[in-house]
Parts: sequence; C-alpha cells; structure tokens
Amino acid sequence: MKYVLDQEKIRPDLVRTIERLSGEDVRQCYQCGKCSAGCPIAADMDLPPNQVMRMLQLGLTDEALDSRTIWLCASCETCTTRCPREVDLAAVMDALRHEALRQGRKSPIRQIPFFNRTFLRLIKKYGRVFEMELIGRFNVGTLHFFKDVTKAPRLFFRGRLKLWPSFKGRKTARPAFQAVKNAQRHEPAEPPAADESAGNPTP
Amino acid sequence: MKYAYYPGCSLHATAVDYDESTQAVAKALGVELIEVPDWSCCGSTPAHCTDELLAAALPAQNLLAAKAVADQVVVCCSACFSRFKFAQKHIEEKDDLRAQLSETMPIDEIEGMQVRHLIDVLVRDVGLEKIEQAKQCDPQLKVVCYYGCLLTRPPKVTEWDDPEDPQMMDDLLRAAGMETIDWPFKTECCGATFALTRTDIVLRLTAEILQMAREVGADCISVACPLCHANLDMRQDDIRKKFGVECDIPIFYFTQLLGLALGLEKRDLGIGRALVNCDELLTAKGLA
Ligand code: SF4
Ligand code: SF4
Repeated sequence: MKYVLDQEKIRPDLVRTIERLSGEDVRQCYQCGKCSAGCPIAADMDLPPNQVMRMLQLGLTDEALDSRTIWLCASCETCTTRCPREVDLAAVMDALRHEALRQGRKSPIRQIPFFNRTFLRLIKKYGRVFEMELIGRFNVGTLHFFKDVTKAPRLFFRGRLKLWPSFKGRKTARPAFQAVKNAQRHEPAEPPAADESAGNPTP
Repeated sequence: MKYAYYPGCSLHATAVDYDESTQAVAKALGVELIEVPDWSCCGSTPAHCTDELLAAALPAQNLLAAKAVADQVVVCCSACFSRFKFAQKHIEEKDDLRAQLSETMPIDEIEGMQVRHLIDVLVRDVGLEKIEQAKQCDPQLKVVCYYGCLLTRPPKVTEWDDPEDPQMMDDLLRAAGMETIDWPFKTECCGATFALTRTDIVLRLTAEILQMAREVGADCISVACPLCHANLDMRQDDIRKKFGVECDIPIFYFTQLLGLALGLEKRDLGIGRALVNCDELLTAKGLA
C-alpha cells in the first residue's frame, strides 16, 4: 500500500487531539512492531497497530480514523502490556474510536458501532443488558435474522436465557447517562457520541 | 470476611452457573458476599469504545452503590473487573473527567474503595492453606487455566501477578488438589467482544485455544470470565463444522472445579448448564 504525504492531508491539530484524549505522545513509538507481532487481530486489520502509530506520527489522521483497525481492535491490551516504549496503544485505539464517532465518520465495519449503540441504548433503558433483545435487535439491524438462533433453545433449557428484562439497575445507571448528556450540552457544536442517525449498519 | 458482591449482567443470565458456583464456594469458605443493591451494567466494551465519560461513570455509580455494603467489592467477570479498575484509574488521574462526573454524582466518595477479583480474594485473603484444609477430595483432573486478556492486562491497572505467565488460578486449583498443566495459551485472546459482530474472528482464535488445550493433554479448561466461557463452550460445534478439527473439551469456571474439590453438589455449582457435556469426564474421574 502506498501512502502520499500531502500538505493538505497532514493534520497536526488532530494528532494533538488524539494525544490529549489518550494521554499518549505518539513520538514515543520507535516502530519496533512488537505491538503488531502480538496483536491477535492483526491478520484481519488493514493497518497493523504499529502502522496506526506511524500514520499519527506523520500526521495522516484520516488513514487512522477511517481504518478498519480501530474497530477491529478487541481492546485485549496485549500491545499496551508489551510495548518497550510504554505506549498505551489500546488507549490510542480508544481515542481514535471516540474521535471518529465525534466527527460522525462512517465506520468501515458498521456492525461494530451499531452493536455498541444498541447495547448502550438497552442499558439506558433497563439498567442491565437484556441479551434476548440485544441479539434480536442486532440480527434485525444487520439483516442476519437467524444468526445463532439454534443456540437459544439449548441455552433456555439450561436456565441460561432470560425471557424478561430486569429494571433493577436503572436508577443506578441514570446519573451516569445524565453526566454524558451534561457534557454534550457543554459542547453543543459537536454531534452526540452515540448518534442514532448514523445510518443502516448492514455490513 | 465481608465483601460487596457485583455479579454483573452475564452472571444473572448466560453465566448463571458462575454466579451459583461463586456463591456456593464463598459460603463453604466463610466468605460473606453481599450483592450490591440495584447494581447496573458496567458498560463493558461498548461504553469504553464509545465514550470515556460513560465508561467511567457506570462503574463509579456501582462503586457508590457498593459502598453502602462494604469498602471492598468482589467482581467475578474479568471484563467487569477490568472496567472497574480502569474507571478508578481514570477518575484518579483525570481532573476534567472527575469534574464532569461530580456534576451528577458524589464522585469523591468512591475514594478508597477496593475492587477485587474473586481469585485474588481466595488466594490472598482466604489463603491457599485454608483451601488445602477445606478440600474433601483430590479431583484427579488435569486442568489448563485460561486467564484470557482482561484479568491480567495491563498489569498497571489490574495489579495481577504476571501478565505473560500468571499463576494465581493455577495456585488455587493446585491447592484444591488438581494438576494444572503449564501451557502457552494462558493469556491469549478469545475475541470475546466480537462474539456477535465478527464471529469469524472468534472462531479462529477460539479454535487455536481449544486445540492447544487438547494437545497438552488437558481434561478440561478452567476460566474466570463469562465471555471466555461463552466463546470456548458455545462455539465448539461451529469450529468443528468450519475447520473440521476435533476440539471438544469441557469448559468449567474455576469456582466449579474448586466446588468439586470442596465436596459441594454439582447442582449447587451449576455444573450441567454448559453446552459441552462433562458427565463422561466427571464419571471417569469418580466425581459424578
Ligand atoms: S510496540 Fe510500542 S514502540 Fe513498538 S511499534 Fe508498537 S507502539 Fe511503537
Ligand atoms: S488492544 Fe487492540 S491493537 Fe492492541 S493487541 Fe489488542 S486487539 Fe491488537
């Protein structure tokens, strides 16, 4: 893959944003590649983790923010644990996801942010995860209606599938969602992080 | 020994066997677990992938709820454990985050709260000697301990023994009379969070773990996380179909194995709720 260093594409301001959000200095990375060597998902990524760091060092933030990598990262913390320069790469991945969402960028793997939005909407509604509804909504949203349905009866007969949600945690979760709402009010110019209008998640 | 107990969403649903075995083992060892009143979800991966504030706020609210019970909270799910530990760290280190949270919750009150994984409590507070004394039999099981990602990594957050070759679960099961086999996949990733969204990745990673466990001659895998359990236990059929490899091996929560050694009833430990049948193994080892 060839990348072009074009004046217009270089965004030091966005690199600073990622550094502020993650608390990391991208220049710390010396490109040894240890992160990518240990990453369990590297084979499925378009940019291996060390190249995400390289893009940021070069100021090519679009390459990082629009990569499949940031959505495929499983937050397994292997890279962070092993980096000889103590770069918290998992935190950089989190920061890139947050910034991509804030800018309203479309994820190249849409079912992943769609799953996250659906999950968080259910917690807001019930306080706890209600797996039946989560799986149902995810399958409908991604048009995979029958994914894993054969597992449901087997789980049910083993007493592992709940048919009704619990509302018990709602009161506890409420101030958490309120804090997010308040913070968004302070930054009115920016789209909300969990924007529901982000489009059809069909992969 | 009294602790607040945060089960988390999975332990009240697909991982009810983890909850049952945790309660049974804690009772047998004199550990008092009091459920956090009206606990909510910790936000899990979707929260920290979406919004840093929410990812800190949900655990913070649960720590506040737990404080009413005790100042140490026991968490069994590795993913919840990780979210709680991360939230504490971020709240401590980031002034702006703390300021935003303080608008809707008395955030300073969570200072001094301790988040503990059950393994840590059993090894460090109860002690291996007491477990050795309490065991009723030596289950002749060859076990591989699978720690997964979030229990041990990153060590600065989890404060676990060793991120590459952790020992605490092994120590625990050895004290309970089992043989634990050294193996290279203790802390590999199972792809947990992608169970629904990218099942293909989960199948690939899980297949390798299951095959390695069989290769080193283990009878079963011991886990400490409901997501690891779900991937390792529920995907064996799919793996056989997709890759055509033999990968069947029973998966237990470490609490279930500990319970067997303590002479507890299989029913009380939720044994039999997993999809992979373990009757044959337990009968062969005289544990049925
Ligand atoms: S391990 Fe650290 S220093 Fe090495 S390439 Fe990755 S981020 Fe850079
Ligand atoms: S945290 Fe993400 S980038 Fe780092 S090793 Fe794990 S999956 Fe790869």
